[in-house]
Amino acid sequence: MRYYLRKLGFYLIATWIAITLNFLLPRLVKGNPVDVILAKTQSSGPMPPEARHALELQFGLSHDPLIVQYVHYLGNLFTGNFGLSVSNYPTPAIDVVAQAIPWTLVLVGLSTVISYIIGVVFGSWLGWKRGSWTDGLLPVSTFISAIPYFWLALVLVYIFGLTLHWFPVAGGYDLNIVPAFTPEFIGSAIYYGVLPAFTIVLASVSGQLLSTRNMMVSTMAEDYVTTARAKGLRQRRVFGSYAMRNALLPSVAGFAMSLGFIVNGSVVTETVFSYPGVGFTLLQAVQNNDYPLMQAVFLVITLAVLGANLVVDIVYGFIDPRTRLAN
Amino acid sequence: MTFSQQELAEPDLSKSEPDLSDETGGRRIVRRGSWKFWVGIAICALFAIIAALGPLLAPNPNQTNSDGLQAPSLQHLLGTTNIGQDVLTQVIAGTTGSVIIGVVAGALTVVLSMIFGVGGAFLGGKWDEASSLLSNVFLVIPGLPLLIIVTDYVQSRDILVIAVVISLVSWAGAARVLRAQTLSVRSRDYVDAARVASESTWRIMLREILPNLMPIIASQFVFGALGAILAEAGLSFLGLGAPGGRSWGSILFFAQNAQAISLGAWWWFVPPGLCIAVLGAALGLINFSIDEQINPRLRTLAVLRPKAKRGGK
Amino acid sequence: MSQPLLSINNLTVQYQVATPVTAVNDVSLYIDPGEIYGLAGESGCGKSTLAYAVTRLLQPPAAITGGSIEWTASDDSRIDILRLDGETLRTFRWEEIAMVFQGAMNALNPVHTIGSQIADVFKDHGTRMTRAERTARAAELLRTVGIDDKRLKSYPHELSGGMRQRVMIAMALALRPRLIVMDEPTTALDVVVQRNILEEINRLRGEFGFAVLFITHDLGLLLEISDRIGIMLTGRLVEQGTPHALQNSPQHDYTQHLLNSFPSLRGDLPLTGTRYVAGGSR
Repeated sequence: MRYYLRKLGFYLIATWIAITLNFLLPRLVKGNPVDVILAKTQSSGPMPPEARHALELQFGLSHDPLIVQYVHYLGNLFTGNFGLSVSNYPTPAIDVVAQAIPWTLVLVGLSTVISYIIGVVFGSWLGWKRGSWTDGLLPVSTFISAIPYFWLALVLVYIFGLTLHWFPVAGGYDLNIVPAFTPEFIGSAIYYGVLPAFTIVLASVSGQLLSTRNMMVSTMAEDYVTTARAKGLRQRRVFGSYAMRNALLPSVAGFAMSLGFIVNGSVVTETVFSYPGVGFTLLQAVQNNDYPLMQAVFLVITLAVLGANLVVDIVYGFIDPRTRLAN
Repeated sequence: MTFSQQELAEPDLSKSEPDLSDETGGRRIVRRGSWKFWVGIAICALFAIIAALGPLLAPNPNQTNSDGLQAPSLQHLLGTTNIGQDVLTQVIAGTTGSVIIGVVAGALTVVLSMIFGVGGAFLGGKWDEASSLLSNVFLVIPGLPLLIIVTDYVQSRDILVIAVVISLVSWAGAARVLRAQTLSVRSRDYVDAARVASESTWRIMLREILPNLMPIIASQFVFGALGAILAEAGLSFLGLGAPGGRSWGSILFFAQNAQAISLGAWWWFVPPGLCIAVLGAALGLINFSIDEQINPRLRTLAVLRPKAKRGGK
Repeated sequence: MSQPLLSINNLTVQYQVATPVTAVNDVSLYIDPGEIYGLAGESGCGKSTLAYAVTRLLQPPAAITGGSIEWTASDDSRIDILRLDGETLRTFRWEEIAMVFQGAMNALNPVHTIGSQIADVFKDHGTRMTRAERTARAAELLRTVGIDDKRLKSYPHELSGGMRQRVMIAMALALRPRLIVMDEPTTALDVVVQRNILEEINRLRGEFGFAVLFITHDLGLLLEISDRIGIMLTGRLVEQGTPHALQNSPQHDYTQHLLNSFPSLRGDLPLTGTRYVAGGSR
């Protein structure tokens, strides 16, 4: 119980820091943030007065003390009011993000799960087989794990999209189909999602694989694995219940880091595929100087990652009995 | 039989890893660097040389000529861009930028992670709690979105500013690793001995603790450099890199903007990405062998031996 | 019953590294049914390697390069342990020879209850038992070693060092093996607990009749509990004999040295006690 309370407390603090960071960042910039933004926008065309107004609302150009602005900002946050999106004026920024969330949630969520499962299962197996020919795969996966997501995306687009014409290269679904819960639309969304998902899985699986493999090798030198072998247990049980089960713990505990990598990679991957997800939205917001939207996207991504980590920490509490100290 | 069994044992018995091939604290043959290490070093050295000579080898990466979008030929070994820039020249110039980013950001990451990781763990108490809370928070806040936002707010982006911002966003993982290792080193006997001998805190830190952290620090530097090169490539590719700055990522940005892919100009977008992957893999190999040094269990081949031939000490 | 239970003949184990190291060098010994054979020697002398060789648990780079290990089955047939493989090796383990490892903290799987770790043994050794029967047997085993069967649902980290070592012994008894190899079973336990465990082992041996290969660096302890003792030095078995013979007329000067080294442990010798130096090299 104490474990869970501590974790919950930690995530509350982390959320607060993220929210505050989101508030402070634009204000830490030298000079008046709105002036900076306006100066930037001027070069890309005149700023519509409505958008200027939206900006002023967002940044509370009123020369209120910082603390008053902060309270105001927090109040807006709880009502989901991030201001109006500049590039999609007059849609509220939060609505723009809300449209993008399901796409990213499904794409990144599924890819993460698939990559995690493949990495863990295959990595454990490589660890189990250490010292055999399978070690030759290690340099290969070291190489793959160093490939940037977006470049892999470009290469896959080139090969499977433009050369072989197997998969579409941009978008989230066939624009001729009306988005609705019809088999046709879902089929199209899956078809469009294959290549981005494959990119994310391929780019992230090697890192997971290598770390699991190394954990597995370490775990197999543990006394309890030797005990299990001495007990004459079947290979399958020694592998699964004794070695792999323990080797998994650090990879679950380190989930925060791997999720971080995947989220980073997904942002650029979505961009390559013009995938209508949160990452692509963030980039468009940046390119259009759509600050309300940027803030909303950043917060949504951060909260989602924090939430995922909280869930994983709760799961960890279940799979590692040592966290459940009764007293 | 009223004595403790520990006393008959080797002095270091309790610390030794339980390992069947190494009964109790056996001596280890450390193969000085595996092939992984040397291959990694060789590739990194090659890129470092190219980066250093970059301004000489590729003085005018932006020089254009009339032959736009040419496939590789003897004249242009890696072909040309849409406005007739030589891709090889661009890749060489980009090497300089990417390597600088890697080195600077890697070093800064180490400095930051030592302040928060080693410092916190060494000073203990409130310092430790505060710094480990901070690093855990930074660990769970997604890096690239934060990076995108921060770089967007920074007005004067040059390549060094980008390096600083990248390390500001990404030091947390390294800090956590260093903290764990510091805690473990701190509790070892020789540190206690130094304390008892009332050596100064700084002296203990520099003489007793830091040397034992070196392999991990090295590995975190390598990891930080790798992360920074990838992050910068991502940023530049998104058009958020240093304006006018030249790196592998920025080449890809221009390639993407000029529809290099739909035009089939593979020679434009393949080489820079391949460079990132090869340098990244080299750094990964170095880290892999550092890991094997730190954690002997990972060494796949037989390099453990019991001290069967040893008598006294 | 003329045959020894276990006979090791000219066993040699090498660590096959760049410069091969012979950890066990031409060792021959036998263990009779029901006997406690004590194997003493300092850290790194090869005694644990020998224990792992007996149950074929050595992993590369360690390899048995010479000699034989023979086992007398309960029907008096001879089994060549070095020829066992696959299923025959797997079922031989624990049914014939069980082990209790040093450092009981790590010998138990931290993520499973001790009850399920004992039950695993029954699952994989041909005994057709229901879950309830397995639990009942595990509970019975725990009671045998003096642990409340409520502890079945405990995890290793919830038990004290002594209790964990008892759990290991209970587990070793599960299939009624005829030999239990104990590798430093009482190291790292405090003196009182150590005493209790040793008494427990002796009592259980009386009850179940298994033989013990007891490995430790603590010759004093072996003198008390063993029927026969072997002394190992740098991979070789330099002396064998009954505790009585060893104490009264040690043949090898290393044995003499070990015997002499007890007083220093009581603290009445200077801190820089002498150490035996093999081959005169220091």
